[in-house]
Amino acid sequence: MTLDPEMAEIAKVFFQESREGLDSMEAGLLSLNAATNREDIDSIFRAAHSMKGGAATFGFTEVAAFTHRVETLLDEMRTGVRPITADAIQTLLQCCDCMREMIAATEAEQPLDQGRIAGLDSDITHILGEPAGVPPGAPPSAASRAAPLAVSTQEAIDDDPQVKGWRIDFAPVADLLRLRNEPARMFAELERLGAIVTQADVSRIPSLDMLDPEACYLSWRIDITGQIPRRALDDIFDWVDAGCRLEFTPIGVSPAGAPAKVDSQAQPANIAAQGPSRPEREAPPPGAPPPGAAPHKTTGDPGSIRVSTKKLDNIINLVGELLITQSMLSGCAEGINQGGFDRLRQGLTQLARNTRELQESVMQIRMLPISSAFNRFPRIVHELSRKLGKKVEIRLTGEGTELDKTVLEKISDPLVHLVRNALDHGLETPEQRLAGGKQETGTLELAAAHEGGNIIIEVRDDGAGLNKARILKRARERGLVPVDQELTDEQIDNLIFMPGFSTAEQVSDVSGRGVGMDVVRRNINDLGGNVQILSKEGQGSTIRIRLPLTLAILDGQLVRVGKEVYVISLLSIVETIQVTRDRLNTLVGRTEVFRLRDEFLPVLKLWDQFGVEPDSRSAEGSLLVVVEAEGMRVGVLVDDLLAQQQVVIKSLESNFKPVPGIAGATILGDGTVALIIDVADLIHAVFERERGALGRNMGAGLPGARHRVSGTSLGMAS
Amino acid sequence: MNTATTGNGGDKVATGFSEQYLTFMLAGEEYGVDILRVQEIKGLDKVTRIPNSPEHVLGVINLRGAVVPILDLRRRFGLEAIAFGPTTVVIVVRVAGGQDGRTVGMVVDAVSEVYNVDAGATQLPPDVCGSVDTIFVKGLATVEKKMLILLDIDRLIGDIIANESMHGFAAA
Repeated sequence: MTLDPEMAEIAKVFFQESREGLDSMEAGLLSLNAATNREDIDSIFRAAHSMKGGAATFGFTEVAAFTHRVETLLDEMRTGVRPITADAIQTLLQCCDCMREMIAATEAEQPLDQGRIAGLDSDITHILGEPAGVPPGAPPSAASRAAPLAVSTQEAIDDDPQVKGWRIDFAPVADLLRLRNEPARMFAELERLGAIVTQADVSRIPSLDMLDPEACYLSWRIDITGQIPRRALDDIFDWVDAGCRLEFTPIGVSPAGAPAKVDSQAQPANIAAQGPSRPEREAPPPGAPPPGAAPHKTTGDPGSIRVSTKKLDNIINLVGELLITQSMLSGCAEGINQGGFDRLRQGLTQLARNTRELQESVMQIRMLPISSAFNRFPRIVHELSRKLGKKVEIRLTGEGTELDKTVLEKISDPLVHLVRNALDHGLETPEQRLAGGKQETGTLELAAAHEGGNIIIEVRDDGAGLNKARILKRARERGLVPVDQELTDEQIDNLIFMPGFSTAEQVSDVSGRGVGMDVVRRNINDLGGNVQILSKEGQGSTIRIRLPLTLAILDGQLVRVGKEVYVISLLSIVETIQVTRDRLNTLVGRTEVFRLRDEFLPVLKLWDQFGVEPDSRSAEGSLLVVVEAEGMRVGVLVDDLLAQQQVVIKSLESNFKPVPGIAGATILGDGTVALIIDVADLIHAVFERERGALGRNMGAGLPGARHRVSGTSLGMAS
Repeated sequence: MNTATTGNGGDKVATGFSEQYLTFMLAGEEYGVDILRVQEIKGLDKVTRIPNSPEHVLGVINLRGAVVPILDLRRRFGLEAIAFGPTTVVIVVRVAGGQDGRTVGMVVDAVSEVYNVDAGATQLPPDVCGSVDTIFVKGLATVEKKMLILLDIDRLIGDIIANESMHGFAAA
């Protein structure tokens, strides 16, 4: 399917909206149960309905056809014809997945998974084929709200050749127009089917000061003559939302149905005057909300716009520059002290405040609530707990906590992993729980909160907790911990983040391949954050992730080596120490270590690593910045510590290429470029080097392993 | 435009049979770059060195908020390094590569002229062409009895950035 560019552009919006619709369908389905009220299931139905309409418009016939089947089932459920069963919900959830795949395949112009579609289709047919819980004579959905007159006869005479026309009573919802439906167009379509006579009911139009110009207050009675199948009418009104009152009454079956010949040019006032004489117009139809109300918006959505990330990034760059200009100006003003320049300084203070505020608000645009990552978990937990035969209740807190879109996207997968782990290894089966004196249903909690300039995400379960003895045993077996080394509980817990570590006795398809937790930690470290686990045996575990709110700005420590200035992320700095000669030992050959309390830290001389000339080559008097990444710690020797400041991160790759040991660049207040150090990369380099040296000199590298273990344990000094 | 076929530039908008080149001096030779690629010409400010990079990558500068690498063409072509003088300038060019093009500065001895070069007046370079490897040369042109070496800037910069191996890092 190829669309012309203009349609393709609109189709993009359709794909986007369909995904959102599917998300809300899924969320709705998960909250469904026998006691669910009509509203909830209506909203699921509406999502499917508008997706069907959209797909049909763009000619995605297969999507439309499949969605139609889903809609049929939903329709029966919402009218109470079909009971809401767990099986049906499961099937509908699978349909959501399938529709999501269909949308993705259609967008990518890939072939659809016909087998799956056919399979689900027959599942639906199966459910639909079962005898319904209501007698077959019961009113079908569309007519359930309709006036009694229409109901009993409607189906029978749908395609009755006797029908000489139809009377259509159409009372739309107030935001018909806002939903981009155009009644005039529908009437024009009707006119193509046969001669129409239209009356408008203006009785609902409020006084001018109450009038919402975008709302639709009119309702219509349309008489159309001609042998028109009911289906043709349905097609025209297909787009009209379910909230509208729409009644089709056949004309010509009984003489009473003859249309009242009201001239279509009649004064609206006349018709309004006639209004009260028709009793069914008196009370507002049950489906029609009061004018101005928006029945679809169940939540207080503050309204949002779609903005391309590229545009935003552009603004963020500009504001970053403004910030640089401002700090440059401030630098100029430093030297001026005379009273005449007070105003300049005042102005500069204001500029500083304005730019900071502007930057904050621009950064806000990129911020999204974490709910978009959290919302997929009820589904995942639902599926997994079924599969694992566990009873789990999921609780989400702090879903409104906002963080940068990029961080949000990248944290999603690690979170899924952690949740799967918690379900698979953490929470026990109902029997085990009861035996352990706990409630049968386990709790999994996802919580998010802001703390300082960071976001804290916690995955908590009240399961079995980590089995410390088993972890230690496994770590010793794998040579990750020397046999004679004693570790604290916290140190043991954090062993699970080491590469190649998995205590699962059996590899399940849920988790347990041992590639998990170290990847989780690496991903989190790549985002400039860290992760920590707290666990009590028998009471559960908490995994705590700390992340920067954004990747565009970094809280940096400026350090100086010779004439060069580098930036180190404050999040990775543990502490800084003045170096004294006696605490610096040369280990094997050239590997130097620094004795910090009871730990030996490998030392990295930034001047050697980066090939710059330092103030002095003797380490004495330099500063040792202790940095940490991925649970490993290293002391970095620098000449001096300069300011701490927020820096705007610029990519080196965009105009050059990635440079080992460098995470990016930033522009300082004086307009020069400073490079940002990639701490993880540096640490890896040190351990590579050390391992090489040790391998040559000592065989099995015990000290290397020891650093890693102690580093792991001491992590997260913050 | 037969000579232009060696280039892979994205600027092959029909410009008649004549193309404009900005020329610059490098150790007495005159080189030309397609003027549509030239973004600006500026003096050489403070450059921030990039660790473990080859000597002809002088470092990066701040070009109105963008971090732009500065390449020393003399050193790249293996010419004798000279002290930067009053005529030393940086020619900032847009080249293909990266995600959607790169902005790169080239240090040259001096900027010379802008010439219209008839496509018909250019010829393919001989095997040896000044100090430059001929794969970086689009063609030779004779203008006002001088020989211009027309550079394939995409290829030249792409080669400098992509193929020059950064010095081993862990080995430091």
